[in-house]
Amino acid sequence: MLARHRIAPRFAGFALLGLACLAMVFSGCDFSFHRDVHLYLEAPFPHKLSAWHLFTVARGRLTPNARVLPYDLNTPLFSDYADKYRFVWMPPGNSAEYREDVPFEFPVGTIFAKSFAFPADGQPGEERLIETRLLIRTRSRWVPLPYIWNASQTEATLQLVPDPVPIRYTDAAGRARDFTYQIPNTNECRECHDNNKSLQPIGPKARNLNKDFSYSDGAANQLARWTAVGYLRGAPVPAAAPHAAKWSEPSSGSLDERARAYLDNNCAHCHQPGGTAGYTGVDFRLGHFDPAGFGVCKHPNSAGNMGDRRYDLVPGHPDDSILVYRLESTAPKIMMPQIGRAVVHTEGVALLREWVTALQGGACGLATPR
Amino acid sequence: MRRIALPLCALLLAGAACSCRQTPADIQKHLQEQLITAKPGAVIELPEGKFHFDRTLSLTVDKVTLRGKGMDKTILSFAGQKEGAQGLLVKANDFTIEDIAVEDSAGDALTIQGGTNIIVRRVRAEWTRGANPANGPYAIYPVECKNLLVEDSVARGAADAGIYVGQSENVVIRRNRSEYNVDGYEIENSENVDAYDNIATHNTGGMGVFNLPNLPRQGGKHVRVFHNQIVDNNTPNFAPVSLGPIHDLPSGTGIYVMAIKDVEVFGNKIQNNNTVNVFLIHYDTGVGDSLRETASSPITQQVFAPGDKRYYPFLQQVYLHGNDISGGGKSADSRIAVMKAMADALGGSLPDILYDGRVDPAWPKKGANPGDICLGNNGAASFLNFDAAGGMKHPVRDVKNYTCALPALSAVSIPSLAAASPANGTSAP
Repeated sequence: MLARHRIAPRFAGFALLGLACLAMVFSGCDFSFHRDVHLYLEAPFPHKLSAWHLFTVARGRLTPNARVLPYDLNTPLFSDYADKYRFVWMPPGNSAEYREDVPFEFPVGTIFAKSFAFPADGQPGEERLIETRLLIRTRSRWVPLPYIWNASQTEATLQLVPDPVPIRYTDAAGRARDFTYQIPNTNECRECHDNNKSLQPIGPKARNLNKDFSYSDGAANQLARWTAVGYLRGAPVPAAAPHAAKWSEPSSGSLDERARAYLDNNCAHCHQPGGTAGYTGVDFRLGHFDPAGFGVCKHPNSAGNMGDRRYDLVPGHPDDSILVYRLESTAPKIMMPQIGRAVVHTEGVALLREWVTALQGGACGLATPR
Repeated sequence: MRRIALPLCALLLAGAACSCRQTPADIQKHLQEQLITAKPGAVIELPEGKFHFDRTLSLTVDKVTLRGKGMDKTILSFAGQKEGAQGLLVKANDFTIEDIAVEDSAGDALTIQGGTNIIVRRVRAEWTRGANPANGPYAIYPVECKNLLVEDSVARGAADAGIYVGQSENVVIRRNRSEYNVDGYEIENSENVDAYDNIATHNTGGMGVFNLPNLPRQGGKHVRVFHNQIVDNNTPNFAPVSLGPIHDLPSGTGIYVMAIKDVEVFGNKIQNNNTVNVFLIHYDTGVGDSLRETASSPITQQVFAPGDKRYYPFLQQVYLHGNDISGGGKSADSRIAVMKAMADALGGSLPDILYDGRVDPAWPKKGANPGDICLGNNGAASFLNFDAAGGMKHPVRDVKNYTCALPALSAVSIPSLAAASPANGTSAP
């Protein structure tokens, strides 16, 4: 069964719709003039991303359709320096219920769309879309759907097990990037998104959304905007809501706050009770700091060869800390996160090195700390 | 039951037909797609052949059987793995895997996480280059499982444990062979476990039964270890230092039982393990000593001493009886200074059964054996309580105070496998 929610076109009648269809036929491109999002709540889900009518695309740029709201996060997950474009949509008349500490309670029919893009090689200012991950709140559960963009950037297709993509470009700072980008398969989506075997959104929490966003009509706080457009109910005024530091901006928080925000968004989705790495006993959630739970002087319990280091985290000694070692690696098994990263996040590592160096507590008794 | 013949079909049958010639990437993709789209009840049959994968294969669908043609015929090779920390990663209930080999994964070979009603049968998990610190830590690695059977399987080369069971309950491990690993078998923070008719040989240590702190599930207990052969475990320890306590496991350990209660060890052949055949210890002896350099650090004390309030580091109610224990302790691992020093002090060799004698002053029972460490009819096995807490000042060689019996522990019952355990796994001769 196909469930379709349509927002009644406010300005376009059937005539215009007909024109749009005609245009589709001639252009061969499905990303055309649809004004209304199509929602699919049950399998089979559409093979083409365009069938959802979430946005239009031109030269690697996504333009959201009506009521498809862009957003971003204070401190995002690092993904090989990909640029990410996040959008949310909810069926008319539906809103998410505010939660202070965990992702909001989203209504059935919520669509999250997160697109990953890299600079197009040799085309300054241009970007190449690689994938768009949809997360759909169906009646029973969240469903992840990876759509992979074609080379001509006109369409993305649903692939359960996407092929790796070679990425090569020179970034704005002149650094050459050349690596293989691994797109998670739908099981791998669950590696990060599962908690107690139930797939959940990760990013859209109050502390992460509580920031200004440059909307097309000007900057506004996201919690306020979500409330204003009817996507969020029960939220306090932004000043009264939690607020995570922006990992890269010292003005946004102390070293500890920025490092903890980084760990919260890059590690805690697995490293928390019920998460994929819950069994390790390590918990990186913001607001939790039990030394053993943070790996302080703790043996990892299922790590492999970690460069002759003994403990997850040795206060004051990043070069003795397995946490840093794993972030500096791209080797499977050694690196963290275990999936979704092929490049070292140099700036993130620098932040955590600084943080570990500043931590107090002694060198876990190591005779010759590095 | 729904059966799915993998479209691997003729793929490796020497390119008989052009249309069937698949690259390893195709095979990898197809199998992963099958695992994703499988319906509950599916039986996925894999043909003979060696199939190469460069990223983790994973399954999250319940009630799936993955079946090959034999542990030496259907081989999933992860040599040169590029992504993912595991070979095969399963997070599903009612899962059966049989007659398959998993080789040379970057990390753990077969991980099964959080599943109920799990069967691992005639599976070989191995690092083909042999002992190497860069091998994955665990070959067969079920964690947080319930109703688990691991049988007739083979594990080789793991840098931690060949066959591991952690934070699980209702577990039967039988008729397996674990060799050339650091630890042959590990039963960690688990409750209601039967391990029998297994072979542990040529590992650094044969088998560990223990609890560790700082893990979500605490209070492992009720473990029966019987009719196993734990012999010649003298492989030099090759665990990297980052594997923690296991890095300090003495080469030549037969079976060690640490920080747990309600353990019955009977009818086993425990022989020729060169450091010690049977090691009965408190957490501080097994792990704490390897961490003694950390004692000066206040934050470490917080972590390791009273840090995990749920953790109980003492050993109690262990019944070791009817075992054939001999030929061990002849050359203690010189790498572990404390063991070597003890052996030297005792004239060069360690006894068959070595007990650290640490007792909790809070136990209501007093006297010579308040922890109920009971030994019975273990032939000519020699014994020593080396008085770890007293700085080894008052060692006890006389087994008299430890000659006692405890009630037999009940057999493990796995509801989904009514015949998993012998009806009466009672004492061996």
